[in-house]
Amino acid sequence: MSAAWALFRRDLQLGLRQGSDAATALAFFVLAVAMFPFGIGPEPAILARIAAGLLWVIALLASLIALERLFQEDHQDGGLDLLLLAPAPLPLLVLAKLAAHWLVTGLPMILVAPLLAWLLQLPAEGVAMLMLALLLGTPVLALIGAVAAALTLGARRSGLLMPLLVLPLYVPVLIFGVAAVEASLAGLDPAPHLSLLAALLLAAFAVCPWLAGVALRQAAT
Amino acid sequence: MALLTAHGLACRRGDRLVFEDVGFALEPGGLLRIAGPNGSGKTSLLRLVAGLAPAAAGRIEWQGAAGDTGSEWRRQLRFLGHLDALKPVLTVRENLAAAAGLAGLADPAIAEAIRRLALDALADLPVRFLSAGQRRRAALARLALGPAALWLLDEPTTHLDGAGVAAFLALVAEHRQRGGMALVATHDDLALAPSGRLALGQPRAAP
Repeated sequence: MSAAWALFRRDLQLGLRQGSDAATALAFFVLAVAMFPFGIGPEPAILARIAAGLLWVIALLASLIALERLFQEDHQDGGLDLLLLAPAPLPLLVLAKLAAHWLVTGLPMILVAPLLAWLLQLPAEGVAMLMLALLLGTPVLALIGAVAAALTLGARRSGLLMPLLVLPLYVPVLIFGVAAVEASLAGLDPAPHLSLLAALLLAAFAVCPWLAGVALRQAAT
Repeated sequence: MALLTAHGLACRRGDRLVFEDVGFALEPGGLLRIAGPNGSGKTSLLRLVAGLAPAAAGRIEWQGAAGDTGSEWRRQLRFLGHLDALKPVLTVRENLAAAAGLAGLADPAIAEAIRRLALDALADLPVRFLSAGQRRRAALARLALGPAALWLLDEPTTHLDGAGVAAFLALVAEHRQRGGMALVATHDDLALAPSGRLALGQPRAAP
C-alpha cells in the first residue's frame, strides 16, 4: 500500500469521524446563504438575479474556513514529521490530503447547492450548471487554499493571513464560475467559462501541490 | 567501515548558534546516546539527521556517500519525535496502520507491535481515552512495525512506567542485534549500553 493511499484513507477516516471541521464549513454555507432572503426580502426577481454570485461567494468563504485547518492538526501533533519522512513525493501526499479534504467538505457543499439555489429562486436551468461549475471550481479553491494553509502554518495570525493571501487568487474562479451559470440562464453557451474553469483546475493541479510541499518543508524546520 | 558518519555539523536557530562542529560515526548495531542540557540542540540534531531541517554546516554520509534526503533514505529511517503523532479520534490499531502505510511498509506487523508494547487491551480504543504513558507506548509501537536501518528517538521514554521502559529496551536490543542503528536523545538513565556518547554543550551566541 503506497504512502499516499494510506494518507488518503487516514484523512478520510479522520474527516468522517471527527466531522466538526467539515460540518462547520457546511453549516456556514447553508446558514449564510439562508440569511440573504431575510436581509434582502423575498422578492424572487432580485434573489434570482444575485443567486449565482451569492452562492459562489459563500462557497468560497466556506471552503476558506475549512482549509485553514488543513495542516494545522498535523503540525501540532507531530504528524507532519511522519508526512515529510514518508518515502513518497510530498506533492503527491498533499494531493492525497486534499482529495480526502474535498470529499468531506467540497462534495457536501455541491450536494446541498440545489437546495440553496431553490431557496434563492435560481431558475431550474441554472442549477445543474451551478453544480457543474462548483464541481470544477471547488477543487481549485482547495488547491490554492492548501498553499496558503501551508505557508501560514505556525504563523500567529494565520486566521487573518489566509484570506488576504487566498481571496485575490480565488477571484478568477469566482468570475468564471458565476459567468457559467449566468450564461446558461441567458441561453448562451457556458462552454467557454467551463473550459476556463477546467484550465484553472489543471494549472492549480500542476503547481499548487508542489508549492504547498515546499511550504510544508519550510514549516517543519 | 562506519555506516553512518557525520562531520562538522552545525545548527543555527535565528542568530543563535545551537551547536557547531558535531560529528559521530555509527556502525551496524551501534547506538549513539545524545545528552545535554535543555536547549543544547538534541532535538535539532535528530531533525537535522532525519533531513527535516537543513544543517548550517557539515555533512552526513550514509555508507560513505553524501546522504541525500530522497525516498530511499527516508525508507531507512524511523523517527520518533517528542510529540506522539497520534490522532485522538482513531484507535491505536488505526493509528499504527496509518503510520505503517505512510512509512511505506508493505507488510506491517501491527498485531505484533501491539503485543510488544502490551497494548492489547487498548488496541481498539480511540487514542483520546489513553493516558500520556499509554500514548507514548502507542507511539513506540511504530518502531516494531517493521525493520528500518536507523532509529532517531527523541526522549523515547517520557511518561513511561517500568514495564514500558523494559519493552522499549527490548525493542532497541533486538533492533541492534539485527544490525540496526539508533540515535537516542534522553535525560533518563536508561540501560541502553550505547556504543558512543555525544554530549552537547550550552548554546552560544553566533560570532
